[in-house]
Amino acid sequence: MTTARTRETQIEVDQEVPLVRMTREFDAPPEKVFRAHVDPDLFARWAGPRSLSTRIDGWDCRTGGSYRFVQTRGDDEFGFRGTFHEVRPNELIVQTFTFEGMPDGVALEKLVFEDLGDGRTRLTGTSLVDSFADRDAFVVSGMETGAIEGYEKLDEVLATL
Amino acid sequence: MAADPLSRVFAALSDPLRRDMVARLASGDATVLELARPYEVTVQAVSKHLKVLEEAGLVSRSREAQRRPVHLEAEVFDLMTTWIERYRREAEERYRRLDDVLSSMPDEEGEQQ
Repeated sequence: MTTARTRETQIEVDQEVPLVRMTREFDAPPEKVFRAHVDPDLFARWAGPRSLSTRIDGWDCRTGGSYRFVQTRGDDEFGFRGTFHEVRPNELIVQTFTFEGMPDGVALEKLVFEDLGDGRTRLTGTSLVDSFADRDAFVVSGMETGAIEGYEKLDEVLATL
Repeated sequence: MAADPLSRVFAALSDPLRRDMVARLASGDATVLELARPYEVTVQAVSKHLKVLEEAGLVSRSREAQRRPVHLEAEVFDLMTTWIERYRREAEERYRRLDDVLSSMPDEEGEQQ
């Protein structure tokens, strides 16, 4: 087993449409990377911030199916849900994604699994929302760090102007 | 217009022309006229956009100098890039956990190492 050096996640915040694009390469073939996304037990092992544990509440990963998972930290629970719009083995997953704390906000997510040969895969994920304000809130609301910290820091900076 | 500072910053940056102005100011101060030049909009329209950026704390204008150049408040703007970087890092951490999951998965039938 050789370990090729995996490139770090690239992020691209689109200027024209409220979209975030992430690109990452894996030292595993598309079948494996795909399976780690569609098998709920495997998915729960890596999804979400480290400080939260993921519980799968419903999982029907096929075209037209839906999902719900809950992430917990102590007494805090964060629920996420959506539908699988298109699931094409080893190639493509198109799904919706909603944080239940903001039920009116929905992201359209597209995951493309690209075979790079040599047992490697490039994964490109795009998240599209319906306004720049929502997109930016989405970027800032990393729950692990909390938007609160961001607010406080911004307040401090603004206070010095 | 939302009252909290964060929403003001995001609302200010939600307009492509304003984002473009901010990007240009990142390479140095400019007067309103200089800023307006590349766009097919009036100087008045550019002034309006600047006011939005100013109210969000993203730019400031010197009261003293006659030309009143517009200055990017880099600290506020850096916060945005910091948040984007933090978002990226969180994704990278998640994908490193996925790396571990992938390396622990048994190979499929007939798959060669």
